[in-house]
Amino acid sequence: MKEYLEGSQAIAKTVALCRPGVISAYPITPQTHIPENLAEMVAKGELKAEFVNVESEHSAASCCLGASATGVRAYTSTSSQGLLYMLEVIFNIAGLRLPLVLTCANRAVSAPINIWNDQQDSLTARDTGWIQFYAETIQEAVDLHLQAYRLSEDKRILLPVMVNLDGYILTHGYEVVDIPEQELVDKFLPPYQLDYKLDPENPLTLGVLAGPDYYLETRYAIQKTMEEVLKIIPEIGEEFFKVFGRKSGGLVEGYFLEGAEKVIVAMGSVCGTIKETIDELRNEKERVGLLKIITYRPFPQEEIYQALKDIKEIAVLEKAVSLGGFGPLYTEIKALFAGKKESPKVSGFIAGLGGRDITKGSLKTVFEKLSGRQTDCEFMDLNLSPNSQR
Amino acid sequence: MYKPLLSPGHTACAGCGQALAARLVVDIAGPKVIVVNNTGCLEVFSTGYPESSWEVPFIHSLFENAAAVASGVESALKYLGKAEQINIISQAGDGGTADIGLQALSGMWERGHNILSICYDNEAYMNTGVQRSGLTPPGTNTTTTPVGKFSFGNIRPKKNMLEIAIAHGISYVASATVSFPRDLQKKVKKALSLRGPKYIHIHCPCPLGWRHDPGLTYAVAKLAVETGLFPLLEFEFGKLVNVYKLKEPKPVEEYLKLQGRFKHLLSPEAKEELKRIQEIASLNIERYHLLAE
Repeated sequence: MKEYLEGSQAIAKTVALCRPGVISAYPITPQTHIPENLAEMVAKGELKAEFVNVESEHSAASCCLGASATGVRAYTSTSSQGLLYMLEVIFNIAGLRLPLVLTCANRAVSAPINIWNDQQDSLTARDTGWIQFYAETIQEAVDLHLQAYRLSEDKRILLPVMVNLDGYILTHGYEVVDIPEQELVDKFLPPYQLDYKLDPENPLTLGVLAGPDYYLETRYAIQKTMEEVLKIIPEIGEEFFKVFGRKSGGLVEGYFLEGAEKVIVAMGSVCGTIKETIDELRNEKERVGLLKIITYRPFPQEEIYQALKDIKEIAVLEKAVSLGGFGPLYTEIKALFAGKKESPKVSGFIAGLGGRDITKGSLKTVFEKLSGRQTDCEFMDLNLSPNSQR
Repeated sequence: MYKPLLSPGHTACAGCGQALAARLVVDIAGPKVIVVNNTGCLEVFSTGYPESSWEVPFIHSLFENAAAVASGVESALKYLGKAEQINIISQAGDGGTADIGLQALSGMWERGHNILSICYDNEAYMNTGVQRSGLTPPGTNTTTTPVGKFSFGNIRPKKNMLEIAIAHGISYVASATVSFPRDLQKKVKKALSLRGPKYIHIHCPCPLGWRHDPGLTYAVAKLAVETGLFPLLEFEFGKLVNVYKLKEPKPVEEYLKLQGRFKHLLSPEAKEELKRIQEIASLNIERYHLLAE
């Protein structure tokens, strides 16, 4: 049913349709509306689930870990410091091969404290063994949550999934959203079935000590599964289309890539602004395009390579930076073309940190800059007046 | 035939008090239990892949989150309608209970989950090589509170975990020791018969860290009780309902002299320190009315 909803409300409704048995989250802006909405549904009896009010994000993730290991579908959400605080558990959940879906309402990381959007939080968690999706719109975030549970619980995968949506921009923004019917969701997402779980009828030891003779193989196993995930995501996308009649999600999405000379690569809601900018520039006969990364982990290198190999000028525009290095996505895209005979000129731009608006004007500037010299890590829209430098 | 639920063949040190206590706990809890364990010696010596000593479902996640993981397990069992049939034990060492794991434990108690928490207290971080914890007694020689010209070892008294547990308003709080195995098992059984959060604090000698003969584990633990340094107490809903009475409390030296970690306290220079430790025992005896009539 199409409804005019706040992003957080749409996510909460979608999560409820996935029938989680245990929900545990800790308040942090701008994620909080999601668990609030879910708590209300539980209180009203609209959702049969245990809502566990934990004392920290570390315990929220741990509680979900325990629930998932006991064979019950679980859900949590967080932002920024919350994700960093649970990071230890985040690694652990993936290492235990437990299915779980976490929504990260992307927010800047302290200090200075800043509650507004960028993607430093989730990009810091890129090496954890979690599948990571980035949504451009609220609708896409809704659809990615449905696919996330399906993917996470797929017996070929058994890895947790983090669905990222830009804080405030998507969590507090309103959009007309198609929230699917329960019947269709049940058709798409079968009940949670875990073969290896905590059950006195079949006692297993989970979370063992693995020494140098075994540890390496456990990490290799996740790496190999991640390769599989790249094949399974399009497969699940097809099924999603069959059930809901809508194409959504996937690995990457191209916008006017055909015949494009200059392309921006980006993730999340900024892709909407980039598309509008491209529309305007195309009217002026500028050959510009966008490559939107939807799946960041596993990294869809083949799809990205194929999409970009014939482009002359590429800008990787990121809301995160590895301080002292480069933007994380820039580094990986640049590496894709290393040693290739014909290689695009790839430049890195950092923008929108701490909620700084990325306007169509700034995006046009990025396209303009692509005609100039290659840059590795250029910060856009800086205000270096004497006051702000102090 | 008796089949222990924590099987032999694990890699605990000879004379390990924790191994003994953990077996006593899980045996009396029986097979209808899920054990959640913080990182520490117990998890390390009993789950080295590809082997496991656990005959019951067991999960270890991290150093400080067993209580939160157990909360998730309990919530999941509730959701599945199996909460009545399966007990949950969340266990940790002294560091995992009183230091790094205290926040998660406090949250779990406050939320009222039907979980028994066990602290295996061997009075220091033994898994990492004998560093001081919040439950290390004063005067203890550890690698981070070494004895020297300016130090008699650890300065601060043990954090009172029983009082902390009681402050959460939970139904059952008790102390126990490996040297009174029947008493220990009776307390576990009683705790599991009650709803809500329960806490049992078990004194477990560590021959390696306490530096005593591995054959003396039982004797050392018994002396801790008999001197009044580790009183055996039982609280129901905050009310002291049972104590193990002492006919004639032994002087603390008898306990201290068996252990290398306290050796320095028996030198003439440590007279004041020794007095301080005797005072702790005397205070316990007075406070909890440990003297037999």
